Amino acid sequence: MYPENFRYTKEHEWVLVEGDNGTIGITDHAQSELGDIVYVDLPKVGTRLSEGATMGSVESVKAVSDIYAPVSGEVVEVNEALATAPEKLNADPHGDAWLVKIRLSNPADVEKLLPAADYQTYIGA
Amino acid sequence: MRYLPKSPSERQQMLEAIGVSSIDDLVAQLPEDVRLKNPLNLPPGKSEFEIVDYFKARGAECANGYASFLGAGVYNHYRPVVADVLVQRSEFLTSYTPYQAEISQGHLTQIFEFQSMICQLTGMEVANASMYDGSSAVPEAAMMAVRITKRSQTLVAKSVHPEYREVLSTYAKYQGMPVTEFGYDSQTGRIDLDDLKSKINDDTASVIIQSPNFFGCVEELEAVAELAQSKGALLIYVFAEAVSLGILAPPVQADIVAGELQSFAISPSYGGPFAGIIATKEKYIRQIPGRLVGETKDSRGNRAFCLTLSTREQHIRREKATSNICTNQALIALVATIYLSIYGKEGLRELAIQNLSKAHYLASKLERRFEAPFFNEFVAKASDVAAVNEQLLEKKIIGGLDLGRFYPELAGNVLLCATEMSKKADMDTVIEALGGRA
Amino acid sequence: MIRKVKSHPTQDEPLLFEISSPGKKGYQLPDLDVPVIDPEVALGVSSVRKEIEHFPEVSEVEVIRHFTRLSTWNYAIDLGLYPLGSCTMKYNPRVNELVARTEGLAWAHPYQPETVSQGVMEIAAALESALAEITGMDAVTLQPAAGAHGEMTGILLVRAALEKQGNPRKKILCPDSAHGTNPATAQMVGYEVVNIKSNDLGMVDVATLDAAVDEDVAALMLTNPNTVGVFEQDIARIAGILHDKGAMLYMDGANMNALCGVARPGDFGVDVMHLNLHKTFSTPHGGGGPGSGAVAMKSHLEPYAPVPRLKKENDKWTWDYHRPDSIGRVRAFYGNFGVLVRALAYIMAHGGPGLRNATMDAILNANYIRKALEPYYELPYKSPAMHEVVFSDDKQVALGVKTGDIAKRLIDYGFHPYTVSFPLIIHGALMIEPTETESKGELDLFIDAMQSIAKEVEEDSELVKTAPHTTRTSRVDEVTAARKPIVRWKP
Repeated sequence: MYPENFRYTKEHEWVLVEGDNGTIGITDHAQSELGDIVYVDLPKVGTRLSEGATMGSVESVKAVSDIYAPVSGEVVEVNEALATAPEKLNADPHGDAWLVKIRLSNPADVEKLLPAADYQTYIGA
Repeated sequence: MRYLPKSPSERQQMLEAIGVSSIDDLVAQLPEDVRLKNPLNLPPGKSEFEIVDYFKARGAECANGYASFLGAGVYNHYRPVVADVLVQRSEFLTSYTPYQAEISQGHLTQIFEFQSMICQLTGMEVANASMYDGSSAVPEAAMMAVRITKRSQTLVAKSVHPEYREVLSTYAKYQGMPVTEFGYDSQTGRIDLDDLKSKINDDTASVIIQSPNFFGCVEELEAVAELAQSKGALLIYVFAEAVSLGILAPPVQADIVAGELQSFAISPSYGGPFAGIIATKEKYIRQIPGRLVGETKDSRGNRAFCLTLSTREQHIRREKATSNICTNQALIALVATIYLSIYGKEGLRELAIQNLSKAHYLASKLERRFEAPFFNEFVAKASDVAAVNEQLLEKKIIGGLDLGRFYPELAGNVLLCATEMSKKADMDTVIEALGGRA
Repeated sequence: MIRKVKSHPTQDEPLLFEISSPGKKGYQLPDLDVPVIDPEVALGVSSVRKEIEHFPEVSEVEVIRHFTRLSTWNYAIDLGLYPLGSCTMKYNPRVNELVARTEGLAWAHPYQPETVSQGVMEIAAALESALAEITGMDAVTLQPAAGAHGEMTGILLVRAALEKQGNPRKKILCPDSAHGTNPATAQMVGYEVVNIKSNDLGMVDVATLDAAVDEDVAALMLTNPNTVGVFEQDIARIAGILHDKGAMLYMDGANMNALCGVARPGDFGVDVMHLNLHKTFSTPHGGGGPGSGAVAMKSHLEPYAPVPRLKKENDKWTWDYHRPDSIGRVRAFYGNFGVLVRALAYIMAHGGPGLRNATMDAILNANYIRKALEPYYELPYKSPAMHEVVFSDDKQVALGVKTGDIAKRLIDYGFHPYTVSFPLIIHGALMIEPTETESKGELDLFIDAMQSIAKEVEEDSELVKTAPHTTRTSRVDEVTAARKPIVRWKP
């Protein structure tokens, strides 16, 4: 369920780091807590994210959750498909429904994040 | 008491069920020093007869049955009987905000119709379910523009209703939103484009104009829209006289429309309750404040309506909401919806032409202060407005607004309004009092 | 088994646009007594619209039928108990509607001369003084259009007074049980919001508050009784803590109907508060408004009250605009006057002693429901209840049924649901406020329904989860509505 090559935050984001590049998403646990996702608000390409700061939000019918940047870096690509099909986040949060790709400004950030096993313990899975 | 449906023995049974001996035991948890020692110093309860009598007596102390030539944001239009009959249906009058869609389809369907008609009238793509009134819709629109543009300055025309501008400055004061006014052309009465040009800059979030403006002048949108948008600012179009939308070109050049619907069968009621609206382009839908109704289906596949995009609102987003607005003016918006459906496509146009014709008759006999075209309201020169109004009042006619009250530089001018309710005979009396060419 | 089912027999009714047909008319204007003006000549071709595209054209009969049919799809207080916690859905006396339509009042123009406005001004003045007496405050403004608007006005007063002393301060404290309007308001007045955790009695924790109040705090926004329906026992100490540090106590008066004639905020340290005239003082909610959010204040805040203020001069009422310290205008004209008329009529009907009786009956009704439902639903806060009671769905969640499902099932029993999932400090809240205008018979029906649903959850949870079953419209797909918003009719 929770890929071993991802790192996780306690706010339920994941990041996949490949060299200087990272892909950010929200976890399956997050989407299931939120229920049917109706809207995703994401940063624009070129935005500089700083670790732990709000980078966007996801909405269900009656709730809004902020998304926090798990690592610092500059947004290089945004998953535009989510704008018209937010339901993808419910279907495939760890795959198709990634949120943004970034160029990491401090790759060491990732060391502070939870490995899959620790995250699963954290959410009680 | 007639509003408390319980007999003494029923109260006793209920107290026994709860397990307390007297009704006062129910407030025993209130700290002693907090409890009210003496009864409220208010008269004892009154019968229905006495209540009706009291308000009739107060009504008789007011301008009962007077003809009026006041406009200035509150207009004297005929209210069709049907509108007032329907709005008193229990199911409309005594229901809450339609959060439970399954048993609120009446309101929800009607609000959807309301939103649709406001879009048709304004040329916008989205309209909310209503705001408190025009004066609060203006700052809400300005705040919306700040969120969209991520800029801070608001430029507002001096020809926007003076009290709307006052409310705007109260709202804006602590939100880091500097508000700057720009002037009007003293010949035409329209906005002074050069003054606007000199004040607009890279931090301008919106330019706010009203049409017909406070002087009744119809503004030209093309140039101001082009100027605002070329600087990356939004154009906010304000209307206070909604009947004008029956004949004026829809303000499609605007980015946001903020207006007051009082003209649509809402009684003047000494200034409220009225209903405001905000309408905009689809791309700004997530920044619009207030409630929105959307179309969907129920689990049986039938068309249904529900409140939607609620995550913009305070009960979910709390301090990050688009506005703190919760209660709106649903019942007043219902009156407007009924009014619009009674008049319809042809009726609203015909009504607007009657207003135009009456006001132009009145103006044709007086000396106008401004040159720009006008709808049902205009500024006339008068040597002594107070004396004229005093004289008219004796004939049971309320004269126009002394413009010096809000614009010291326009003292000696009166803002007059004529609607379909204005009779020629009364207009002739006004003309005579103002020394016009009868 | 179901003792009270309301069916929805009314036939389907299309939208106005769908019954429209060119040439149908619902109006007739009188003949013009002046020459007709050509709009293109008077206004210029480019300023005039050719038509209002797709605008409906229907007859008067169809207008009556259309809106009457739509109305039958609504639940209403006139049909039965409407136990929405916090919203105070009480009976809206019909005489109030009549008097609000009195000609001299309903047709009063806000700019008509004061000499012919004494009646409307007298009504406003009478209401101001009645509300000051009820709240124990020194002055009242009737300008704000609704509760949230009143909150904004109140916090602006706080800010203006602090600024005058030299420092507006930075923070507003809100308990975690607060209405969403409180933090949203604080933000609009330029304050940072700090949430204060409630204690396990559902009240403000005095020690937590004490630690949070410093020289940066402008005010605490407190609802009392709070949203759990509990009177803040330590209210006097809370006020003391704030005042000692130069901060103020703002009271959200949404629940003032639990205090009228029993206790007065002005006597327990409140500096400023708003009243929802559409809750406590019975003016109709009308599907979401209009309301009115009168603000009551202590004398030290009065200089900052919004303009204009009523003033008596030579035995005549006049509007005073010359108030140098005023926060300015919060609304055009003088507030929702038509709503004020209704509120005054309500206060007159009850009178001083009657208002207390109404309060006591509201508290009686809430406690009667609480006692009857406590065996069936989890009561997270056992503190004595005032005018409302908040359960949680803990027992039902274990069987896969949530508060929202129970609410929908309640519709099948002929009742409007309670407030769902608020306050946020109670997971899966069922917030029930019956108000004083319910008979014992109606309360018993409601109790039966709630007990019956609790049993259904145990025996046939699917029945509850798929409710409502008896309505014209079944469960509405709010997800699709939010994902693909359709917010206007298109041909």
